[in-house]
Amino acid sequence: MKNEYDVVVIGAGPAGSITAKTAAEKGLSVLLIEKRQEIGDPVRCAEGVSKVWLRKHIEPDHRWICADVKGSRIFAPDGTMVEMAEEIAGGEVGYVLERKIFDRALAYEASKAGVEVMVKTRATGLIIENGFIKGVNVSHLGQSYDIKAKIVIGADGVESKVGRWAGIDTSIKPADIETCAQYLMSGTGIDQEYCYFYLGNEVAPAGYVWIFPKGNDMANVGIGILGNKSGNGKHAIDYLNDFVNDKYPDAKILEMDVGGVPVSGSIERTIANGLMLVGDAARQSDPITGGGIINAMEAGKIAGEVAYNAISRNDVSTDSLNEYEVKWRETIGREIDNSLIVKNTFTKFSDKELNSLGHSLKGVNFSSMSLLDLLYALFKANKKLLWELRVLFKTVVKYELDFEK
Amino acid sequence: MVTINVNKFKCGYCGACVSVCPAGALELVETWIEVNESCTSCGICAKICPVGAIEVKK
Repeated sequence: MKNEYDVVVIGAGPAGSITAKTAAEKGLSVLLIEKRQEIGDPVRCAEGVSKVWLRKHIEPDHRWICADVKGSRIFAPDGTMVEMAEEIAGGEVGYVLERKIFDRALAYEASKAGVEVMVKTRATGLIIENGFIKGVNVSHLGQSYDIKAKIVIGADGVESKVGRWAGIDTSIKPADIETCAQYLMSGTGIDQEYCYFYLGNEVAPAGYVWIFPKGNDMANVGIGILGNKSGNGKHAIDYLNDFVNDKYPDAKILEMDVGGVPVSGSIERTIANGLMLVGDAARQSDPITGGGIINAMEAGKIAGEVAYNAISRNDVSTDSLNEYEVKWRETIGREIDNSLIVKNTFTKFSDKELNSLGHSLKGVNFSSMSLLDLLYALFKANKKLLWELRVLFKTVVKYELDFEK
Repeated sequence: MVTINVNKFKCGYCGACVSVCPAGALELVETWIEVNESCTSCGICAKICPVGAIEVKK
């Protein structure tokens, strides 16, 4: 570890590793620090990801792909199933990853590009001079060090402190976080080519249960509920236990994962003088799917490039770094905003309304439908929905967006 | 004065509590949660904890 770098990246998840790799490929000196002793562990993720978008950042490798998914099966509270295959199930057809191996593979790619990686190294504060972030205080094996940097990247996840240290309020309200618990289980007997979603205010208030195949007869069985529905004696893990006991009393638990997913939508500011926030630290996860991997990598790519541009211009002020702010908001930000509209509508639905939507879509062949067709089908069933989603509808028509990655 | 109690045997050290703390009183240090004196006992962390590992001391 040197005492000065062009860029110091805090956190070695997908956002941090891609930012670090991109900046190093441009020729910058980069330090990537991770507070844990193992990159990728513990897992706090359902591990589903879109194939097309993933390929933009890394060549798929069987060592970190557990399952290849061709569609989704969504269950309304009364059990009505809607099946969405190929293309429409959120754009993807996707993979289910092994994050423990995937995250390390991304850090490996960064190291190959010239990034210096340090584990068991935690940021404890920022070095701030004349309103500019000039570096990071870190603790490595209990020893403190000051590391200077032209630009600091906060990729420190949902529990991010970097933004707060720089004066950006990243605290999340209970209504803006999905609180999640998940078991890796064997013996559920699910079809390994599909992701399953169970909706309903009894199983998962303002959220859903997901089951993602993990290869052989394993699956991630998880639940996310909105933070404001949690507490009063019942937390995400209790809802998960109820679901699992009811549905898979004989399946076995091989791993337990917990986590919080920001579903606040875009926050006001993700830059400061000499600093950028990426990934969950910037609350860039998708408010409806909870997916954060692709958005994190997209943001990381932009941040790495902008870091290079800003350092080349010899200007790391917010005016200069605004290039990052503009670029991510124009791309992933737009989809995040759309998903937020859907989330705000979805979390208000009663079970009766969810059932009615399920009935209207039952038997529809989604493999040949566009997103617009899907919206039309939904609006036909529920006129109120057309009003509530009117903003989204307009943007979809304008930009022909997929609202999920 | 620490005003919450984190049950380290239940805690999954996910950091969700850190993200919702309005006072910035919590920190996820590797595999445990630390609480500093700015904690106001508001109880938001206890509410959203996925495993119910946090208790507010009154």
